[in-house]
Amino acid sequence: MTIATTGTTTLDRLPIGSQARVTGIDDKTGNADRLMEMGLLVGRPVEVARVAPFGDPIQIKVMGYHLSLRSTVARGIAVEIENASTTS
Amino acid sequence: MIVHSREPLSAQNTQTIALVGNPNSGKTSLFNRLTGQRRKVANYPGVTVDRHVGAVTRDPNTQLIDLPGCYSLVSRSLDEQLARDVLFGWIRNEQTPDGVIVVVDASNLERNLFLATQVIDLGLPTIVACNMIDVVRDRRDQLDTHKLAQQLGVPVIGTDARTGEGLDELHNAIRALDSPTTKAMGHPAKRTPFDKPAQSAFQEMSNVVTSRNLATPSMTDGIARILIAPDSVSDDGDTWNKLSPDDKHAIITARNAIETPVASLVCQRYDTIATIVSAVHIKNSDGRPTATDRIDRVLTHRFWGLTISSTIMGAMFLAVFSGAAPLMDGVEFVVSQLATAARSLLGTGVFADLVVNGVIAGVGNVVVFVPQIAILFFIIAFLEDSGYMARVAFVMDRIMSATGLHGRSFIPLLSSFACAVPAIMAARTIDSRRDRLTTIMVAPLMSCSARLPVYIVIISAVFAGNVWLEAGILFTMYALGLVTALMIAAVLKRTILKGPPATFILELPPYRRPRFTIVCRETWDRTKPFLTQAGTVILAFSVILWALAYYPRANNTSPDNIDTTAQLRQSYIGRLGQTIEPVIKPLGFDWKIGVGLASSFAAREVFVATMGVVHGVGEDADETSVPLREKLLNDKWPDGRRVLTPLVGVSLMVFYVFACQCMSTLAIVKRETNGWRWPTFMFCYMTTLAYVASFVVYQGGQALGLG
Repeated sequence: MTIATTGTTTLDRLPIGSQARVTGIDDKTGNADRLMEMGLLVGRPVEVARVAPFGDPIQIKVMGYHLSLRSTVARGIAVEIENASTTS
Repeated sequence: MIVHSREPLSAQNTQTIALVGNPNSGKTSLFNRLTGQRRKVANYPGVTVDRHVGAVTRDPNTQLIDLPGCYSLVSRSLDEQLARDVLFGWIRNEQTPDGVIVVVDASNLERNLFLATQVIDLGLPTIVACNMIDVVRDRRDQLDTHKLAQQLGVPVIGTDARTGEGLDELHNAIRALDSPTTKAMGHPAKRTPFDKPAQSAFQEMSNVVTSRNLATPSMTDGIARILIAPDSVSDDGDTWNKLSPDDKHAIITARNAIETPVASLVCQRYDTIATIVSAVHIKNSDGRPTATDRIDRVLTHRFWGLTISSTIMGAMFLAVFSGAAPLMDGVEFVVSQLATAARSLLGTGVFADLVVNGVIAGVGNVVVFVPQIAILFFIIAFLEDSGYMARVAFVMDRIMSATGLHGRSFIPLLSSFACAVPAIMAARTIDSRRDRLTTIMVAPLMSCSARLPVYIVIISAVFAGNVWLEAGILFTMYALGLVTALMIAAVLKRTILKGPPATFILELPPYRRPRFTIVCRETWDRTKPFLTQAGTVILAFSVILWALAYYPRANNTSPDNIDTTAQLRQSYIGRLGQTIEPVIKPLGFDWKIGVGLASSFAAREVFVATMGVVHGVGEDADETSVPLREKLLNDKWPDGRRVLTPLVGVSLMVFYVFACQCMSTLAIVKRETNGWRWPTFMFCYMTTLAYVASFVVYQGGQALGLG
C-alpha cells in the first residue's frame, strides 16, 4: 500500500494528520447516503485522526467530530490532499 | 389507510411531546431532568425497543416520550425507524405527538441540525434544545440562540442537562407549545428550501401520501421529504407500524418512479445548515488538541490501547465473577433462610415441598444471578456514559470482523463468560438486526459462571492431584466455547443470517464524566426485566421440574423419612434418566448422569446438587465435597467398569460447554427476539452440537484406547 502525500487519493490511504477535502463518494458498499448525512460531503474537509491498533478501522475527523469507519468503506471516499501532515 | 384524529391520548388536556435527537446529544439526561422520577419503561407493540415515557414534573399533564437516538429520519436501524414512526404518527394505537423537542448537541451543531431541520420540516410544534451549551462556552466559542431561533423559525433554548441550566426556559417553552405563536412557527415558509427538481419530486411523493391518507395535510410535505429517500430497514416484523402492505408498496413504487438524486437532497439541506451555522456560531477555539484527543491518543494506542482495554475488560470480568460472590452468598443465605422458615411454618407434605423445593429453590437458583447481572450492567452503563464503549468497539472491530460481526458485538460476547442473560440483553446496542441475532445465538456458548461448578466437580474427581493438568483442562473448556462461538457466528452470518456486510459507521463521542444517577438508572432498567418477565417463565419451569422429581412418590416411605435417592430413581425425572440412558450411553453417560443433565435445565449448577441426591450424599453437596467426589469415582456400570473415567469426564464437560441447559437464557431470548422461533433454534442447535461433540470425544477417545 502506498501512502500518498499530495494530489488525489482515497480516505483509507490518507496519512494521519493530513488535511483533505472530499471529492467523491462511491456507493459500492451502499453507505453513501448515510456517510453524507454524517457530514462526508463533496467539498468538505476531512482528516484521519488515527488508526485502530489492528490497522482497521480508522478514526476520522469530519464537521468537527470523530467518526470511525472501516477501510473498505473509506476506500470508496475520494479525497484531495490539501495540507500534508507535518507530524508523520 | 390511517385514520387521523388529534384527540388527546388519555385524560383531557394532556399533551404528548416527543423528545428526539442524535445519539450522544444528552437527550436521555434532559429527559431525566424534565421528568424526574416519574417515568415508566415499556415496549413498543411487537418490538423490544424500550419506550420511555414520563410526565413532566412541573407540568403533569404533559407526557414526554424519549425516542431512540437517531441521525436522520431516513432510517437505517430499528431504533431510527421507531423514532420516525412516532413522529409520523404511524405507531399502532397512538396519535401523532402534540409537539417535539429536538435535542441538539451544541458542540456539534452542524451535524445535529441535519435531524433538527428534518423534524422542523414535519410542521409539528417544535422546540430546539441546544444541549451541552457549556461545552461551547468552555471552548470559548459563542452561540447566538436568538439568532438560531430566527433562522430555524422555532424556539431555541440553550441547555446544560448536567447542571439544569436553561431548564426554566425550556419549561416555559413547553407550556407555550400550543400557543398560536409557536404553532405559527410550523409555517411552510420556515421549511428548508430546496431547488425546483427536488420540490416537484416532493410533490409527487406528497400526492401518494395524500391519496393513501398517510398523514394530516400539515405534515404531508415534511413526511414526503423523508419518504423520498430509500431507507435500509427491512420490512419484516415491523408490526408496530400502522402502514398496510399496500401503503408500503405504494411508497416504494413512487420512490422508484421519482428517481430523486438523494445526494443532492442531503447537500442542499447541509448548504442551508452551513449558512445558518456561520451566522449563529462564532468559533474562537484554536486548533489545540482537545482533552478527548489527548485521552484517545492513549486509549486507542497500538500498545497502550490494547493493554488498557484488556485490563478494563479483565477487571470487569473479575468484578462480575468475584465481586458478586459475597452478594450471591447473601442471596443464597436469604433463600435458605426463607426455605427453613417456610419448612417450619408449613411442616411436611406436598404443599410444603412445592414451596420449599419447587418455588423457593427454583426461583432462588435464578435470583442468585441478579448480583452478577446488576454489576455487569453497572460497569457497562458506566463505560457507555463515559464514551469509552465506542472506543472498545473501535479497537476490537478488526477481530470481530473475521466472524462477519463488528466491534459492537464484542462486549455482549465477553459478558457472556459471566452470564448469557445480561449478555443477550446487552446485544441491543447492535444496530443491525442480523448481527444482533447472530450475537444472541452464539453468546450462550461462552462458558458462563454456572458451568464452573460443574467443571470443578468433574475435574477434581477425575484429574485430582495434578494442578497443571486441572488448570489446563479448565482453560481448554473456556477456549473451546469461545472458538466455537466465533466459528458458529461466522457460519450463521454466511447462511441463515446472511445479509449485507455489517456497516461500521460509529461516532466516537467526546469523553465525559459518567453521571452516577444515569448509570444507576440504566442498571436498574436492564436488571428489572430479568426479575419480572423472565422470572415468570422461570417460576413455571421450576415448578414443573420439581413435580417431575417429586412424582410419583415411593410408596414405602413415610414423609419424615424419605429415601431421597430411591425417590429420585423412581420419579419421572429419574425414569427419564433411565429412559435416555441408551441415547447417552454412546457419550459414556449412565442414567445417573442423565438425571443430572435433565435437571441441569433449571440451571447448570443444579447438576452438582442432583449428583449429590442420586448418589445419596444429600442435597447439600457442593463442588468441593469429598464424599461426592468419592461416590462419583466409585460409580460402576453393571459389568463393574468405572463410569466416570477421565474420558467420560472430558466428554461430560464438553457436553456442558455446548448444551443449552439454561431456562433463563431461553426465556430472555424469547423476550428479546419476541417469539419462540429463535430460542427453539438455539436449543436445538446447541443440543445437537453438544451431543455430536461428546460423541466424537468419547467414541474417538475409546478408539484411541483412552477409555
